[in-house]
Amino acid sequence: MSGYLIHSARQLADKIYEYWVEAPRIATKHAAGQFIILRLHDHGERIPLTVVETNPQSGQIRLIVQVAGKTTEEFAQLKTGDFILDLVGPLGQATHIHNWGNLIVIGGGVGSAPLLPIAKAAKAGGNKVHAIIGARSKDLLILTEEFETVCDEVRVCTDDGTFGTKGFVTDVLNSWCETGTRFTYGIAVGPVPMMRAAAKTMGQWGIPGLASLNPIMLDGTGMCGACRVTVNNVTRFACVEGPEFDIHGVDFNELMMRNRSYINEEHEAVEHAHQCQLNEMIKHVRAEA
Amino acid sequence: MSEQKRNLKAHPTRTPMPERDPLERVKGFDEVPLGYTEEMARAEAERCLDCKNPKCVAGCPVNINIPKFLREVREGRYQDAADTLRTTNSLPAVCGRVCPQEEQCEAVCIEGIKHDPVAIGNLEKFVADWERAHRTITTREVVETTGRRIAIAGSGPAGLTVAGDLAKLGHDVTIFEALHRPAGVLAYGIPEFRLPRAIVKSEIEYIERLGVKFVYNVVIGVTVTLDELFEEGYDAVFIGTGAGLPKMLGVPGENLIGVFSSNEFLTRINLLGADRFPEFDTPVLHAKHTVVVGGGNTAMDSARVAKRLNQARVSLVYRRSEEELPARKEEVHHAKAEGIEFSLLCNPVEVIGDENGRVKAIRCIRMELGEPDASGRRKPVEIKGSEFNLECDAVIVAVGNAPNPILTKATPDLELTKWGTIKVDPDTNETSKRGVYAGGDIVSGAATVILAMGAGRKAATAMHEYLMNLPAKQNMQAS
Repeated sequence: MSGYLIHSARQLADKIYEYWVEAPRIATKHAAGQFIILRLHDHGERIPLTVVETNPQSGQIRLIVQVAGKTTEEFAQLKTGDFILDLVGPLGQATHIHNWGNLIVIGGGVGSAPLLPIAKAAKAGGNKVHAIIGARSKDLLILTEEFETVCDEVRVCTDDGTFGTKGFVTDVLNSWCETGTRFTYGIAVGPVPMMRAAAKTMGQWGIPGLASLNPIMLDGTGMCGACRVTVNNVTRFACVEGPEFDIHGVDFNELMMRNRSYINEEHEAVEHAHQCQLNEMIKHVRAEA
Repeated sequence: MSEQKRNLKAHPTRTPMPERDPLERVKGFDEVPLGYTEEMARAEAERCLDCKNPKCVAGCPVNINIPKFLREVREGRYQDAADTLRTTNSLPAVCGRVCPQEEQCEAVCIEGIKHDPVAIGNLEKFVADWERAHRTITTREVVETTGRRIAIAGSGPAGLTVAGDLAKLGHDVTIFEALHRPAGVLAYGIPEFRLPRAIVKSEIEYIERLGVKFVYNVVIGVTVTLDELFEEGYDAVFIGTGAGLPKMLGVPGENLIGVFSSNEFLTRINLLGADRFPEFDTPVLHAKHTVVVGGGNTAMDSARVAKRLNQARVSLVYRRSEEELPARKEEVHHAKAEGIEFSLLCNPVEVIGDENGRVKAIRCIRMELGEPDASGRRKPVEIKGSEFNLECDAVIVAVGNAPNPILTKATPDLELTKWGTIKVDPDTNETSKRGVYAGGDIVSGAATVILAMGAGRKAATAMHEYLMNLPAKQNMQAS
């Protein structure tokens, strides 16, 4: 086998997995906000993933993956000692950390993973960091304890109320602001509808800030332009100019629409893979019979 | 020798290249030109006048000794012909297929003044293919190693040429490639039916046999900076990162689902196998009517790939007339034979989508040719009120590429031109940074494979001189 060794693998939550992968050059270079692109095998697609943490001493990077399609389903089956065929990075621009003052970071679902290094870097940059971590349900919450150690205050919410406050991250933001806290900057990472809602609520409270976008990508080096997003009415390439952009300028509806470009094919790929597995099993059973 | 007795008046016209039938070939991705037989090749080589002062050699960006290899073909000494090609060209099987010979060696062929020029390109393809079929690529003659280490950013035509040339001179060469596969535009850009993957693979194997090492998934400037390469012990660096930043249309609707850059469309298929989805994981959108915008070789490639992928209608929209099409005549001819419809003298003004954000039409305006512009070509001018909708469900934008800024942005001490290309000394291709050379599209702006190779050759010559004049290393035995 060749490629990038998975040093450790474990399940974090329902359909969410964590890996430490050997990638020494990336481990020394990566900064908060940047991402990598990987490919699992020779027939595989290239998918972007945000790096959650790096350990330059051990030469490892920490990835968190949520099962959402064929590639991530295959990823979830990888174990300690397995290899990832291709892994390139760090890609994209690092978060430009300023001393914003009173920062609010908002993470939705698995979007909390890329948010963690940004919160860390912002804290190191002298900011007072507050976090809202939300998920659909308790089973899908990740990294809340790590946010506790990094941030000045963390509030957790779930859509169904199984943990923390019942409601959306925007509900928490509203009530936080209503009690008189004035945030001077905000950074949101999560599913597109969540970021769109966060942008609206932040706008209502006059909070400027960033969103980290997750469009479809192929090469990740500006070569293909699949990751086009519209920000303040200008087409931008998220892979080289982003992935973070002015949250109040992003056309989230367009991003959501473009991310659904291959929705049918994504289902087809999963079904094809399941059919192949089934055929293999049948062959196996017949051979044994 | 019988050379003097040759009857040079016998063949005023060139030996035509046999081609796969258009109706058959659009069903798959097989190579279109079938190649000369030995008889055809020797007959065509007979047409060379063997001029005392051959213009063709100077017409070739890598100065192949054309009269010599044609003589060797005439005499059936194909291995010698292959060696002659390899002396100055590390990628003959590629050049024999994608070079615009009609603007280079064949444009200045003396026989071409009165008759058809000698089909040098077809013969180069013949010799390179013969060599591949007979697996007799000469392995590296044992050259003394110099102990000098060279890093190359980008494994496209420029980088491969520099690598081949410097390895032949005994240097220790490593190529760093950002993608997971080698060959740059030869892999992601040029489609299979024009440049089969097997050909690219065998040319890469040749470069590897010269001792060149390939490292994938490394973006020079980002994963490793230029300064770090020198710290790691490299003595010189060549940058051949190409012109991979697609220009879009700049019209409303350009981000609708179904609008691609030609780079994206071609990469999905050439590099990621999307035509074989779901066997391969990368999908590509299938369309009933694809409109390609642009008139260059990449536009022709995109249109012909779309034809094969979809087995459906493909149109090409270009703002000037047929005469100004920048694509090679041969490619235009192939595209037409395969049923690509040409909508000339029209320009897109808007892409129109349906309620799901998918392309349903492209709105164009008709153009007429006005006064010549700075490029000397007549400038297309809009005809007011002539807008019309062309119904389609995919739009491929092939209107050129800007230099890829990923390395240059990360390397602020590298001097650039106002176009974002890297500034180099025109004689040596050395950049403003000591020991760093550059060539190909990242210097010239988007051009051809062979011009990138020519730049690589020039850079390699200068780099060799630079490397041999470096003060002796302290730990030479370490190499």
